[in-house]
Amino acid sequence: MPEKGWKELPIGGKILDAGNSIEYETGSWRTFRPVVDKKKCINCLRCWLLCPDSSIFVEDEKVMGYDYAYCKGCGICAEMCPVDAIEMVLETEKDTVEADERGIKVVQEEDPETG
Amino acid sequence: MSTILPLTGNESGAEVMRQIAPDVVAAYPITPQTELMHRFADYVADGKVPTELILVESEHSAMSACVGASAAGARVMTATSSQGMALMWEILYIAAALRLPIVMPLVNRSLSAPINIHCDHSDSMGARDTGWLQLYCENCQEIYDTGIQAMKIAENKDVLLPVMVCYDGFILSHTVERVELLEDHEVKGFIGEHIADHPLLDVDNPVTYGPLDLQDFYFEHKRQEAEAMRNAKPVVLQVAEEYEVLSGRKYGLFEEYFSKDAEYIMVCLGSAAGTAKAAVDELRAAGENVGLLKLRVFRPFPAEELVAALADAKRIAVMDRADGVNSIGGPVFSEIRAALYGRSSAKISNYIYGLGGRDIDIEMMKSVFQDMKDGKYAEEAFYLGVRE
Ligand code: SF4
Ligand code: SF4
Repeated sequence: MPEKGWKELPIGGKILDAGNSIEYETGSWRTFRPVVDKKKCINCLRCWLLCPDSSIFVEDEKVMGYDYAYCKGCGICAEMCPVDAIEMVLETEKDTVEADERGIKVVQEEDPETG
Repeated sequence: MSTILPLTGNESGAEVMRQIAPDVVAAYPITPQTELMHRFADYVADGKVPTELILVESEHSAMSACVGASAAGARVMTATSSQGMALMWEILYIAAALRLPIVMPLVNRSLSAPINIHCDHSDSMGARDTGWLQLYCENCQEIYDTGIQAMKIAENKDVLLPVMVCYDGFILSHTVERVELLEDHEVKGFIGEHIADHPLLDVDNPVTYGPLDLQDFYFEHKRQEAEAMRNAKPVVLQVAEEYEVLSGRKYGLFEEYFSKDAEYIMVCLGSAAGTAKAAVDELRAAGENVGLLKLRVFRPFPAEELVAALADAKRIAVMDRADGVNSIGGPVFSEIRAALYGRSSAKISNYIYGLGGRDIDIEMMKSVFQDMKDGKYAEEAFYLGVRE
């Protein structure tokens, strides 16, 4: 979200447009980022169901990665995963994954052998 | 045409509320404000005002209901004193930060403990940095005039901050004086329609009030609030000018009572200014070069204007009806001295007086001028009228 200066913002902390949370990138809050090990993941989608920021990207009922623009790093997904497939990695460790055309970082492409 | 009535300060406040006829008033009784709301409740019960009067269970609720109603788009007032305002505390900040133009007569009363129902300014002075404007009144006429102006100042688009109209408990609230009132239609015309800024009840344009505001936006919103308080200064003057056209009564940021050419100037606010004027009159008659600067607008603090007005003083005595209990001095003193820092060579002394309603008379006021002339000075505040 482009961060406006005090002269441009609506006064009093009001939000004037409905449904604008998409503009607020909670990803900036993150200290740890979730990384899924697709070899362990059984695609139960529990993480997808419980993520408070709808930041887990699923395609064809399979976990594909995370939307790091919004994932705030709460760790609920990792905590709730029944097979411990998600590791919370400190953000200071370099993230080498590029965002794709949808703006989503698919942290680990599906393993061609197991997937 | 105007009506002249014998009114107490609280009755003047109730007249203000009747003529403004706010959409919503939420209130809880507390001495010495009670009579104001009692009188206003009569007006509501008698159908003289269409106001929705919400009788709540505490002042915290009163201010909360005011915030909700104002955000919804209503024109809103309440009134309180002392402990009542202390209980509103957290909501005072919220009303200001949400930029809600609520007007509240604050009938000054000392804060407990020890429990005391009489006047000092510890309640409003404690709230001086809540983001509310604070206008202080010397007499019942000023309570009326200031109350009417307050609504127009608060609702100005460049301000949109709540306003406290402060007047001394019992000394003014329960004292009958001659008060000249405007006609109802004149007041209505003067304050105009209330057009709320993005009200909650505008369902075609839904807005969110009070969302979480973190490191990335909170600071900007506080900066806006600071700017609104700065904007308030010219707006107070503009509204005073318009009010003078309507009423013939003149108001400013402060009143200079023989202070322009005075060597010895007292700075004072509230009803004690009347006593100080009597002291100035007597001393002037005796050929003394003394004057009074009566501060009316404490928030926004008119630093620049005060510096100009006090520039030529030889000595300045600042009167505080609240003790900061901070070992440096009362709030009015601290701010005046800060404003004058590096811009005046006058020695500035501080007098704490009238706590808990302790009387202050003309002789005591004269003694302050005498101290200035005698060169009596101390870094710490003098306590005027306390038994040693
Ligand atoms: S909870 Fe664990 S196993 Fe289930 S889909 Fe998420 S990562 Fe995969
Ligand atoms: S860490 Fe929290 S926000 Fe991020 S994907 Fe997991 S559950 Fe969602």
